[in-house]
Amino acid sequence: MVRIIGGLVGLGFAFVLFLGLVSSISGVITDPAKPTAEHEFHLEPEHLALASDGMAGHFDRRQVQRGFQVYKEVCAACHSIRLVSFRDLQKIGYSEAEVKAIASQWATEQPSPNPDTGEAATRKNTPADHFPLVFANDIAARAANNNAVPPDLSLMAKAREDGPAYIHSLLTGYRNQAGYKNEAGEELLKKFPDAATPKGLHFNPYFANLNLAMPPPLTSEGQVTYADGTRPTVDQMSKDVSAFLMWTAEPNLEARHTAGWAAAIFLVIFSLLTFGAYRSVWRGIKH
Amino acid sequence: MSFPWAKHYEPKHPLMKWVDDRLPMPRFVYNAVGAGYPVPRNLNYFWNFGVLAGAALAIQIVTGIVLAMHFHSSAASAFDSVEAIMRDVNAGWFLRYAHANGASMFLLVVYIHIARGLYYGSYKAPREMVWLLGVVIFLLIMATAFMGYVLPWGQMSFWGAQVITGFFSAIPGVGETIRIWLLGGYAPDDATLNRFFSLHYLLPFVIAGVIILHIWALHIPGSSNPTGVEVKGEQDTVPFHPYYTAKDGFGLGIFLLVFSLFIFFQPNLLGHPDNYIQANPLSTPAHIVPEWYFLPFYAILKSFTVDFIIPAKLWGVLAMFGSILLLFFLPWIDTSPVRSSNYRPTYRIFLIVLLLDVLLLGYVGGAEATPRNIILGQIAAAYYFLHFLVILPTVSAMERPRALPNSITEAVLTGKGGTSPQETAMNSVNPVAADKGL
Repeated sequence: MVRIIGGLVGLGFAFVLFLGLVSSISGVITDPAKPTAEHEFHLEPEHLALASDGMAGHFDRRQVQRGFQVYKEVCAACHSIRLVSFRDLQKIGYSEAEVKAIASQWATEQPSPNPDTGEAATRKNTPADHFPLVFANDIAARAANNNAVPPDLSLMAKAREDGPAYIHSLLTGYRNQAGYKNEAGEELLKKFPDAATPKGLHFNPYFANLNLAMPPPLTSEGQVTYADGTRPTVDQMSKDVSAFLMWTAEPNLEARHTAGWAAAIFLVIFSLLTFGAYRSVWRGIKH
Repeated sequence: MSFPWAKHYEPKHPLMKWVDDRLPMPRFVYNAVGAGYPVPRNLNYFWNFGVLAGAALAIQIVTGIVLAMHFHSSAASAFDSVEAIMRDVNAGWFLRYAHANGASMFLLVVYIHIARGLYYGSYKAPREMVWLLGVVIFLLIMATAFMGYVLPWGQMSFWGAQVITGFFSAIPGVGETIRIWLLGGYAPDDATLNRFFSLHYLLPFVIAGVIILHIWALHIPGSSNPTGVEVKGEQDTVPFHPYYTAKDGFGLGIFLLVFSLFIFFQPNLLGHPDNYIQANPLSTPAHIVPEWYFLPFYAILKSFTVDFIIPAKLWGVLAMFGSILLLFFLPWIDTSPVRSSNYRPTYRIFLIVLLLDVLLLGYVGGAEATPRNIILGQIAAAYYFLHFLVILPTVSAMERPRALPNSITEAVLTGKGGTSPQETAMNSVNPVAADKGL
């Protein structure tokens, strides 16, 4: 009885799936999927090599510090890193005094009630504070940014596929849409005349829908002056800020890699010993 | 139960005797996982996965309890509390990555454990109850894993909860009411998060309880083995301890090694980047996909695209639940008296096709819904149901199994006990050549 009912249920599901299959196939024939601009002109991020890659990856502190400088002088005008604390900067090589100075001189202040009147007010940041939000709320952010909310960057390197490479490609990937061709040599606006970037947005093939509200933030060499003498090309600045955002997203990466090697070595020895124990216990017993 | 030749517990230390006389707990452990449990001597490495699943559950419970000490189950602060764990709690990143990847590892070993049961016919009489309890455990694990994925309150957490509770709205008439009742509101919010947290903390202990029943039921007939031939005498078995504790210890080492490579070197490989974006009810992600271990079932759900008597969505939901519930009937669908697929030449081919089919469903479940993928999914989903509900009973009735060995020991002594992976592989490639060796 179980087998008869089961067989009928199985045939029933298979029949309905067959009906679906027929309609899917006829759909492909009668109404083939139309190509879209996003599908044909979107680019995957270009490979980016960072010191933090791989099983022995670590942060290049000078690069991460340069990236912090780019963040501070360029990105921080619109983007917060609210999950990171000022004190965390000590982990990328700033001294306690430097962190104190960075916090107290930070352009956006920390919301805090006036200690005398209790009215809403702000105060200078301290090392114990998280980085403050740039805009009080999303409405303020939209009002100041052509109706787009600049996302928080704390986790950006993990919140996108291949995050650091994506950030680097996006920052250097703005193109002039007029005459833009993909690798196959097709011209975007000739193939998809409707895909012209709307006013107020900016064409960038590395962005999922090709049109980004953020204007190109890194536009010319020397936009930031590096203290360590590194030549601040647009490519260098965008690489450095990618390295910095990798750190904000995964600040414990170095501890993780170190612990990982210790754990792996321990477990290899553990496995060898238990394998030896297994062989020794089973010696003489055919199995 | 036990075989008559099972060793009996004899406390050596006076304290153990004192305890054993008053509460026979030492005796209980000795008979369950000690020298008092005789086990077939020819178990291969696939028999490690039950113990590994138990270890994975223990790791989830330990890491989960500590994580719960730092987690806030509120829509406003859940996401930030997880990030505080990652950044500011001592070794918090380790706990969270171990717990998140631990869920994947748990499901991985459970899937291998289930596949072993399917291949070696472990669900057949007299072990039906072991199998039924196993399917209950599997359902509980899936529910627990789903609710756990909601807790970090990222985009996939939120939209996953939205989609999965949405299944219930497919029930005619009362569906929407049930959905709202489950969520505690019209959309996932504080009420949902709190009840999911509560249940996510409760269910692992329920799972542990059902595991005790699972092992209890297993100990009545004793463990199965790769030949599927029942134990006939003492020469067929070895005591669980030290023989299988040693072998399981080695298996555990390899398991933990693989597990730690994920935790320490690829902690986000199995996750989804969107879950590092805080839940936003106003912004739907481009592709809502569940965790990898749900993808085959998600593909079955998506494969029903036409309304036939009832709406396509309801077909999908029924089929998705049906695809798991049918496992409850497996012991009675498969009528072949032969357990091990090593001796079932026809069925084994279909079983290997099923394995590939489930992998294909997993691919389709995670891929974009292009026409090609929908077509692949529909074919693969149809095979899944036909395999269990039509092919399996038919093959069981018609197949001529190969000759079984007379006993486990005979099979072992002729090198056909199924223990060695090479020999098993050779057997499956060329059964005829292996037969001549007998």
